[in-house]
Amino acid sequence: MRIKYTPAQIMVTAAAREITDGDVVFVGMRLPLLGFLLAKSTHAPNAIGVYELGIIRDTLAPEAILTMGDLPNLYRAQWLADSADLMGLLQRGLVDASFIGGAQVDRFGNLNTSYIGGANKIRTRLPGSGGACDLASLAQRHIIIMAHEKRRFVPRVDYITSPGYGDGAGWRERAGLPRGGPSTVITTLGILRFDPETKEMVLASIHPGATVENVKANTGWPLRVSDKLDTTPVPAQSELAMLKRFDPEDYWTQ
Amino acid sequence: MEGLAKVADSKLCSLSEAIDRYVANGSQVAMGTAQETLIPFAAGHEIIRQVKSDLTLIGPISDMLFDQLVGAGCVRKIRAAWIGNVITGSGYNFRRAAENGAIGIEDHSVLTLTMALSAGAMGVPFMPTSTALGSDLYTTNTGLKTVVCPFSGKTLTAVAAINPDVTIIHAQRADRFGNAHVWGNLGVTREACLASRHIIVTAEEIVSADIISSDPNRVVTPGFLVSAVVHAPWGAHPSPVPGYYNRDHQAFIDYRRDSKTTEIFSGWLKKWVKDIHTEEEYLALLGAERMAGLKLKNHEFSEPADYGY
Repeated sequence: MRIKYTPAQIMVTAAAREITDGDVVFVGMRLPLLGFLLAKSTHAPNAIGVYELGIIRDTLAPEAILTMGDLPNLYRAQWLADSADLMGLLQRGLVDASFIGGAQVDRFGNLNTSYIGGANKIRTRLPGSGGACDLASLAQRHIIIMAHEKRRFVPRVDYITSPGYGDGAGWRERAGLPRGGPSTVITTLGILRFDPETKEMVLASIHPGATVENVKANTGWPLRVSDKLDTTPVPAQSELAMLKRFDPEDYWTQ
Repeated sequence: MEGLAKVADSKLCSLSEAIDRYVANGSQVAMGTAQETLIPFAAGHEIIRQVKSDLTLIGPISDMLFDQLVGAGCVRKIRAAWIGNVITGSGYNFRRAAENGAIGIEDHSVLTLTMALSAGAMGVPFMPTSTALGSDLYTTNTGLKTVVCPFSGKTLTAVAAINPDVTIIHAQRADRFGNAHVWGNLGVTREACLASRHIIVTAEEIVSADIISSDPNRVVTPGFLVSAVVHAPWGAHPSPVPGYYNRDHQAFIDYRRDSKTTEIFSGWLKKWVKDIHTEEEYLALLGAERMAGLKLKNHEFSEPADYGY
């Protein structure tokens, strides 16, 4: 039987697979939040969720939440605290993985969620960093989740809100960033990872129905393709059923 | 025990008195310091009704309160990490004002804003951090500079201190001297209060000083620093207040539509802010059914702690 799913759902199940059991995960909002909840309820029951507004959870919230500040997310939390405390964990290197959504990304994984057109010629002003710059600067690794469109996948972002690998190998070290960098980019068309030598984005997997040509046509630079290109596993029926529990009205996944 | 506390004067006043007295035109105002919870919407709306102008808003994220103040024309500058509507994305008033240059923006991350308020709270000119290095936040925030650590030689970001003129917080309960119990996630509330010249506390309930002093660990900031205490039930609606009411998601979803253009927004502003003069009028507009739907369905009381000696 062919399983029906939305692009958002395959992105969430791919995001969940990026989490290893026992990881300390800086969670965030929207699809990353669902990806964390899915991982936590399947293969990573010991993952710890850290939420920048001052919440740490080692259990699932007792009912579905739309955003991290919803009261069920505070119920019997492991810790309710100050943002400074959680940012300290991140700065010390105690956060394994984090997720960031983006409006614009470039071939070295730099993200712009502030100024399309740049700060001096603002075409579109977006909400800004939130905690994203901190996660990109300080987590052991971060995973980017965004729509795959040519206007979003650009050779060079107009403004670096959240640093990736800058202009390539050695840039983060020169800037003084203590660790980290993007490990994965999950899009509506596929999954991309970074060349360990050059730090350039490489297409690692395409979602069923997408083609390499299609991905290349939606990327604003000559995209490298892995010689071991995978096909992203479709969401399992059990995963979709689980997601329905976390997002009962399909607010985030329709 | 009440006798001890009576050496201080009551700071209890009306919301309009508190805003009139402590939010001057041109002042720097921190709000929404717990991020998504306990946002002082009632106080923000009173700022709009009093037509305050040239304000600089300070906050980590503001959810939609900052967007409303920008749309009402109260704001000259924002020093924040994220400005929008958490569950729908962009804040349209903010976007319009930023794109046509009507407001200035000092771009922060959550950590740089935390460090700025922390420096303000600690009475030092800056705090060091390892975040934002190599980012363009440096180009749109003059309060970020790289420094070399005198001990390790490492490059760090120095974040200049921020000392708000006034921080407005919403608390679950407060006594009339400004001691307030806040529970739930705190965000940067404690730093913002300690860094601020004045503090306005709006609270769901005003209770006796005995209740507050029975649990001093839960006091968010010492009352002697607080300038005004306001009784404001539902004063954080539509944001959630732990122990009192849930987040009114529909209000945030509706606001996306109601702020799409300046014309539509002026209708929203009239209905929900300008035509409202009392808390009773606001609650009547909200309606009993909607309020009942937001109230807690499952209470969960913590175990009392013994502070005896």
